[in-house]
Amino acid sequence: MTPLDHAAGLPAWAAILVSVFLIIGAGLTVIGTIGFVRLPTFYERIHAPTLGTSWGTGGIVMASMIFFTVLATRPVVHEILIGIFVTVTTPVTLMLLARAALHRDRAEGNPDVPSEPPVPPSAAVQAEKA
Amino acid sequence: MLPYPLLSLSLVVMWLALNGFTLGQLILGSIVSVFASWGMAALRPSKPRIRKWHLLPKLLGIVLYDIVRSNIAVVSLLFGGGGHKRRSDFITVPLDLKDPTGLAILAVIVTSTPGTAWLEYNSLSSTVLIHVFDLVEEAEWQDLIKNRYEKLLMEIFT
Repeated sequence: MTPLDHAAGLPAWAAILVSVFLIIGAGLTVIGTIGFVRLPTFYERIHAPTLGTSWGTGGIVMASMIFFTVLATRPVVHEILIGIFVTVTTPVTLMLLARAALHRDRAEGNPDVPSEPPVPPSAAVQAEKA
Repeated sequence: MLPYPLLSLSLVVMWLALNGFTLGQLILGSIVSVFASWGMAALRPSKPRIRKWHLLPKLLGIVLYDIVRSNIAVVSLLFGGGGHKRRSDFITVPLDLKDPTGLAILAVIVTSTPGTAWLEYNSLSSTVLIHVFDLVEEAEWQDLIKNRYEKLLMEIFT
């Protein structure tokens, strides 16, 4: 028996709650993905998928937790780990991509991108010593 | 034996959450977490010092609330809302926070809030370059990051 065979036994309130969270989560992820395709510049595009990595993931995780908690009649919370790991690892790839883009744009002398901040004199002396 | 007690504890909890709680899994998970924390110690990361534990739930609450709010804001912007021409731009925010763990958490907060992306931290000038999706007032965003998040993080990690 797969969990889906038990889904018929899900009470109505839980089914509604699960559906609402699933639609919110999946909807945000789709909207983020559409934005990712449609936005004009690289730096704008990096914002759109964060919908999917924040409440997109969050909504689906919530739906999964409610579904399996009600069906198994015991708390099922290990999905939280998915949320934590997605949240914590997103900045790593984002910074990697963004800094690569910044480096490229600065090397090309793109005027829309800020140049590297000036180094204060005191810090420059320290950096030379190090 | 346990150079990072918090890490080891979290690993055991994660192991049991994934595999179910039995005595066998507890022993196996403990062994794994001890070896994993030795591996971590070999990397010699700076040890985070959390001074005020009781402020962590407050920070989590603020962040979750802001993530919901900015999700709604970004969705309405993607559908052409907002009532004005959207301007995306870079802002530079000077930071007083120096603790690496605190900075890492701030980066996670800024990134996981849709509409702001943490691009690059410059440790020489202690500034961070952030890209804002809908920049109305630069000072407003600097104020948000400095007063809403950084102040609390500085209290937690001093």
